[in-house]
Amino acid sequence: MKQNNRGLWSFLNRDVYLTRLVGLMIIWLIFMAIFRFDRFYTPISFQTMAAQFPEFGLMSLGIMLCMITGGIDLSVVGVANFASISSALLLKEMAYENGVLPVYAIPAAMIFGMIVGGLAGAMNGVLISKVKIPPILATLGSLELFTGIAIVLTRGKAVSDIPIRYAETIAGRLFGVIPMQLVFFVLMAVILQFLLTRTTYGTKIYMLGTNITAAKFSGLNTDLLLIKTYMLSGICAAMGGLIMLANYNSARADYGTVYTLQCILIVVLGGVNPAGGKGRLGGVVLAICVLQMLSSGLNRFPQISSFYIPLIWGGVLILVMVLNYFTENKKIRESSNDSNTKKSA
Amino acid sequence: MDQEAFPGGIHFAQKGSDTVMAQSLLKAVDVKKSFAGVNALKGINLEIYPGEIHCLAGENGCGKSTLIKVISGVYTPTSGHIEMGGKSYNKITPIEAIMNGVQVIYQDFSIFPNLSVMENLAFNSELADKRKLVNKKRMRQIAQDAIAKINFDVDLDEKVGALSVANKQLVAICRALMFNAKLIIMDEPTTALTRKEVNALFQIILDLKAQGIAILFVSHKLDEVFEISERFTIMRSGELVATGNTAELDDKKFTYYMTGREIEDLTFTPENVSEEPVLEVQNLKLDGYFDNINFSLKRGEILSITGLLGSGRTELALTLFGMRKADGGTIRIDGKDVILNAPDKAIENGIGYVPEDRLTEGLFLPRSIGDNAVIAEIDKLAGKLGLLADKTRRDEGERLIRRLSVATPDANNACNTLSGGNQQRVVLAKWLAIDLKVLILNGPTVGVDIGSKRDIHEILHNLAKEGLGIIIISDDLPEILANSSDILIMRGGEITASLKPSETNVAELSGYMM
Amino acid sequence: MLVKKLMRQNETYIFFVIVLLAFVIQARSGQFFTPNNIVDLASALVVPGLMAIGAFMVIISGGIDVSFPALASLSIYITTSTLLDMNYQGGMLLPIVMVCVLGALFGAVNGFLIAQFNLPPLIVTLGMSSVFRGFMQGALNSRQLATIPEGMSSFGTSALFVAQNRTSGLSSRMPVSFLILIVVLIIIFFVLKYTMFGRGLYAIGGNETSARRAGFNVWKIKFLLYVIVGVIASLAGLIRVCMMTQCHPTNMLGMEMMIIAGVVLGGTAITGGTGSLTGCMFGTILIVMVQNSLILMGIPTFWQGVFLGMLIIIGTGISAYQVVRANDPARKNLGRARL
Repeated sequence: MKQNNRGLWSFLNRDVYLTRLVGLMIIWLIFMAIFRFDRFYTPISFQTMAAQFPEFGLMSLGIMLCMITGGIDLSVVGVANFASISSALLLKEMAYENGVLPVYAIPAAMIFGMIVGGLAGAMNGVLISKVKIPPILATLGSLELFTGIAIVLTRGKAVSDIPIRYAETIAGRLFGVIPMQLVFFVLMAVILQFLLTRTTYGTKIYMLGTNITAAKFSGLNTDLLLIKTYMLSGICAAMGGLIMLANYNSARADYGTVYTLQCILIVVLGGVNPAGGKGRLGGVVLAICVLQMLSSGLNRFPQISSFYIPLIWGGVLILVMVLNYFTENKKIRESSNDSNTKKSA
Repeated sequence: MDQEAFPGGIHFAQKGSDTVMAQSLLKAVDVKKSFAGVNALKGINLEIYPGEIHCLAGENGCGKSTLIKVISGVYTPTSGHIEMGGKSYNKITPIEAIMNGVQVIYQDFSIFPNLSVMENLAFNSELADKRKLVNKKRMRQIAQDAIAKINFDVDLDEKVGALSVANKQLVAICRALMFNAKLIIMDEPTTALTRKEVNALFQIILDLKAQGIAILFVSHKLDEVFEISERFTIMRSGELVATGNTAELDDKKFTYYMTGREIEDLTFTPENVSEEPVLEVQNLKLDGYFDNINFSLKRGEILSITGLLGSGRTELALTLFGMRKADGGTIRIDGKDVILNAPDKAIENGIGYVPEDRLTEGLFLPRSIGDNAVIAEIDKLAGKLGLLADKTRRDEGERLIRRLSVATPDANNACNTLSGGNQQRVVLAKWLAIDLKVLILNGPTVGVDIGSKRDIHEILHNLAKEGLGIIIISDDLPEILANSSDILIMRGGEITASLKPSETNVAELSGYMM
Repeated sequence: MLVKKLMRQNETYIFFVIVLLAFVIQARSGQFFTPNNIVDLASALVVPGLMAIGAFMVIISGGIDVSFPALASLSIYITTSTLLDMNYQGGMLLPIVMVCVLGALFGAVNGFLIAQFNLPPLIVTLGMSSVFRGFMQGALNSRQLATIPEGMSSFGTSALFVAQNRTSGLSSRMPVSFLILIVVLIIIFFVLKYTMFGRGLYAIGGNETSARRAGFNVWKIKFLLYVIVGVIASLAGLIRVCMMTQCHPTNMLGMEMMIIAGVVLGGTAITGGTGSLTGCMFGTILIVMVQNSLILMGIPTFWQGVFLGMLIIIGTGISAYQVVRANDPARKNLGRARL
């Protein structure tokens, strides 16, 4: 974590959200250093964290993209389970009698899972752009639908007895040190960061999120952009699902149901504006790390129930929003206390 | 500082107030208001007399809205005071303003589109009476009395969202009248109205005047100021520049007070008109909106299409830009048949469109000026894979805004830091970025300052001379007469007349439109 | 005239869908129009119905609440465990009062944050949902309470009447709590239609700035709204616990999505301002019917999610299509003329 100091400072100054998150993280790291140095600052502890957060981290990245366009994707967990179940079934299908997998099986299953996720996401995109269902409702419906399909595929039971090779590979360690889950997460984050900052797609979705009508009048193919965005979100979710499959060595339609709200929390805390047009990947990644450190850190205190985590998490979100009200909005409130503040849903 | 050039200015202001003998209804004395160190009002003195129609004019951002909000109690002035109803207020609350008979009709009318006319009318008085329960019978009575005041014929159970813009405004006027209004402030009331509706509105204003109600009419349209007002006040950058009787005002002075500079009229004379038409439209049809539309446009020409709201003019423009798919007919660009079923198809064929409502349809206000300018050409700017470096994008944005001399220190500033005229230039810049053949402008100067308006016309003239075919959709008849080579008039979805600007006048044009 | 008016209303269509579905279920199973099935449905409607009323009011005001199941779980957990600790032997009055006070208190937190700081309701209620859950599971160390006070369980199991199916011999009890649903429905119907508070919800949902200018006390209305929603949701939670005769702290979590879906299916605009309580109830009935009737039709229950998902997508798709058409007036008239 080496960064040019001056660059970091100007970066932080530009974004209050990031500043606060970094502050929060530092305070927490110091706190942990004082009270649980020996148990928190160990390679194993960081490896465990890095193996856990990619599950919901990847889903959060997808939601971030949708929120930048002014939408939301509530279906990520449904897509993740749908994809992981599909892949799990395929893996079992491909395995030889003795449970050994052919060489191509793992990449094939992963690609299959991502295709499933991409198609599911594309369906969301079509419902939102072509049928014009508000994103919150379209993805709520598809969450139910994908979860439903996943239940039908498994008759509500877990898919287990998956060839162990899969978990060994995906939940394994690169060079014996870096968790593979982290590798997948970083890979996806880098790809998305590249898309957002170095391609026209990125500029376009920020513009679309700012004003979809103006985007249409500027000749942007907004329908296609939305479909692409939700498809990407679906692919991210599917990757999250594939990692869950490896972490639990089984797949089930109701794994990770708490992730939906948690991911939205992360994205908002990371500074993405739910109304669209604003937000950075860096903020979201930071929020993911902060959450993971908070919850893993708390686990080092056996006397504190891990159930406190949602309490802290929700409290932090609300605190940040209220702080924003006092700082950021101060000027705006003074100059236009009669402005049109109708929310854009 | 500009007063030297026009010595009549301030002097004339005092003369205006001498001629009125009645006791003033409202008096603002040396009102100042600043926001975070920026002076929005720099000591305004304004007097309004009972039953007068007073026009408050000024370019966008001159402080008109701030002044209204101070008078109606929304803002507390930094210094100065307001006298009304025989009392002097350093600080007035909205309730006190209403008690003194001040009512504001905002541009958005402050209505509830999802509720009935009855509720829209009756809520204010019900709330003022601190009622907790709804009594439909009483509310209906209140609403009926309210609409009776201006003989407004409307179904009280209709949802307000389903009414026309003009009728929504009438609902707002009726509501304002319910509180023994002595002064009704109308913030740019004619912006979304057709000429016919404006006439009806003016008749109502005259009726209100006859009942002794004063009207403060906020506008920046010259013809309206002359047509309706008796007295006027003109503001510029937070200062009162002139006030007096409208009878003593003329075009030139008005423009000068508004802009601080003298502006000569421009007339378009086509040059370099191509032999072959760049755009040909044959039997174009959109079910429910227009039918049998035929015209052609050559490079170097400016074609104006005018008509009342609902004549199909906007839908025609949208169809030419691919936002709506035509149900029949052909569109030809440079002699080749094209199918325009999406805006990107239209852009591919060299058609650009400047929408009617700049803020909601044309611009990405919180985003940078540069990004706003490059968005239409963003795909061309990027490589085949859609890769686009930050620097390329910024440089191109910089180039475009310089080409149209958008007044801004930095292309990275958000677009909402610009004035109306400069915003319109950004919208134009967007289209100049691509290889354009035809530019369609819907209401190109609606809500734009006089100064910027002229600049925009000049830009259009130059673009035409450079070989662009231009279509203007507008109901600003003087604008059309001065800035086109041909005029088409639409009525009920059909072209009813085709005229040369040199052979017609405002009266004849409006005759064809009705 | 009346028919014409009815045909313009969304509720009419949902009603037809409900009737149609009822006949399909009847045709497939022969069990729909039996006294015990109708009573079962009514009984299953009580809790989601109450929650839908609250969710509906919030959506009308242009907001959204995803915290009510967590809020209800918390207030009901506190109530039940406190009463158990007290070895409470009395009737329903104290539990109801307790749960309502707690619901109002927690709702007030939501309301204060939303009204005072003008924060987006989705984010606030999302955060608060997390807080409520964390408080319950962390601070209160919640666990499943296998028994509940006698008064509560006897209320939950007492019946208004018992419906008997003569052919199958099955019988179903109509719970007394159904009356609570009816009472709350009537009160809220009255509040929404005949009080300035209720009209204020519609006004804020239509245009908040206008509401402020018209003189509505937007702060007070929003605050009060979330308090009321907290009370209604907690009441629903209490009824659920009484009917199940045990208190499971987390099994209501996640209900919010289905409840909101029902409200929106009933024709309530997610953007606020438009919708009726009748429609909201019809939408909820539709969801409850699908949830409860698959077994009757011999379809394995694991198909439930698929059916509900399709129902939400198709239902919201149709209403989205109607909005698109409404925004194109000339075409709409054209469509009518062709008919």
